[in-house]
Amino acid sequence: MLTLTSPVEIWLHPVPAGAKMAVLCLTAAGLFFLASPVLLTAALLAALALLATGGWAFFRHGLRLLRPLWPFVLIVGLWHLWTADLASGIAILARLTAVVVLANLVTMTTRLSDMIAVIERLAAPLRPLGLSPRVLAMAIALVIRFIPVLADRVAQIGDAIRARSPRRPGWRLLVPATLAALDDADHAAEALRARGGLG
Amino acid sequence: MERTVTHVALFAALIAVLGLVPRIDLAAGVPITAQSLGVMLCGTVLGARRGALAVLLFLVLVAVGLPLLSGGRGGLGVFVGPSAGFLIGFPIAAFVAGWVVERTTLAPALAAGAGAVIGGIGVLYLFGITGMALTLGKSWTEASYLALAFLPGDIIKAVLAGLITQAIGRMRPGALLSRA
Repeated sequence: MLTLTSPVEIWLHPVPAGAKMAVLCLTAAGLFFLASPVLLTAALLAALALLATGGWAFFRHGLRLLRPLWPFVLIVGLWHLWTADLASGIAILARLTAVVVLANLVTMTTRLSDMIAVIERLAAPLRPLGLSPRVLAMAIALVIRFIPVLADRVAQIGDAIRARSPRRPGWRLLVPATLAALDDADHAAEALRARGGLG
Repeated sequence: MERTVTHVALFAALIAVLGLVPRIDLAAGVPITAQSLGVMLCGTVLGARRGALAVLLFLVLVAVGLPLLSGGRGGLGVFVGPSAGFLIGFPIAAFVAGWVVERTTLAPALAAGAGAVIGGIGVLYLFGITGMALTLGKSWTEASYLALAFLPGDIIKAVLAGLITQAIGRMRPGALLSRA
């Protein structure tokens, strides 16, 4: 499966994942308390400039990741045109876009394994509650392994329904799909126990 | 222990797969993604605790950069965007939906349907609307109009969650961990 990490290596790739995430948190919190449209627009331009340091292909990839924001930009933009309060509209949209650009930048420049390492470190205090890093790592690996398995199964179930009926499968697909997940979970649990379990 | 982990992991995978399935056209051709239905099912089938853990695990995988949200979205950006509130509300929605099924003695279809409405709509919208109000700089009332667009689809999904949970309970009574 593809991750959102950019194949184009830029200078941010070797920076430790934890440091990037800490800076991101601080910047996002700082921008949240800023209200000036001028400063927030400057922040957005700075974020875009940071994205552009990765070269043209990297920049385009970053812009593509912003696409889900357009409906919100449109609605908020029209709203502020309507209420003739453009300054605060620009502030809101610049803040939102800048934070999302920066967050995507961290995702694009951090390998999956480094991200998972950060998550495991963050989850370490939960060990007394019964969540050991080993169990978390196993759970993450199981999900990544079983997504394509379940996706194939759902496609097969859909084909089977289409072979029997002229109607589209629709929601009826979901009962066998959920049962498949329950069955696979039982089988995987047995397999894990047979190999010594999770302790 | 192993069963808990594998159930949590498999249902996290199920949520992901329901987001990959392009879309499921319902009766009137209303296109909805089944992802939030997956969140409801986690609660109503696995129960409160495991259901919430499954959704949390799914969100961890989204956060580390897998494009598992419907439409191929993922990464840290979605947790600071306008729909962040919905994502944060997902595990709590699953917990509440599961809690309703665990704690009531209603028929599975009714209990799961009610749980999906209370958790998957009531609680989820509370978080989602708050998130949109904060990120889009709007009042809570203004932001709630935006969420209204999703309401018809989500009511249909809650009914489906009830029907699917009931069907599973009938076919495999032991599999409904929320009632075990």
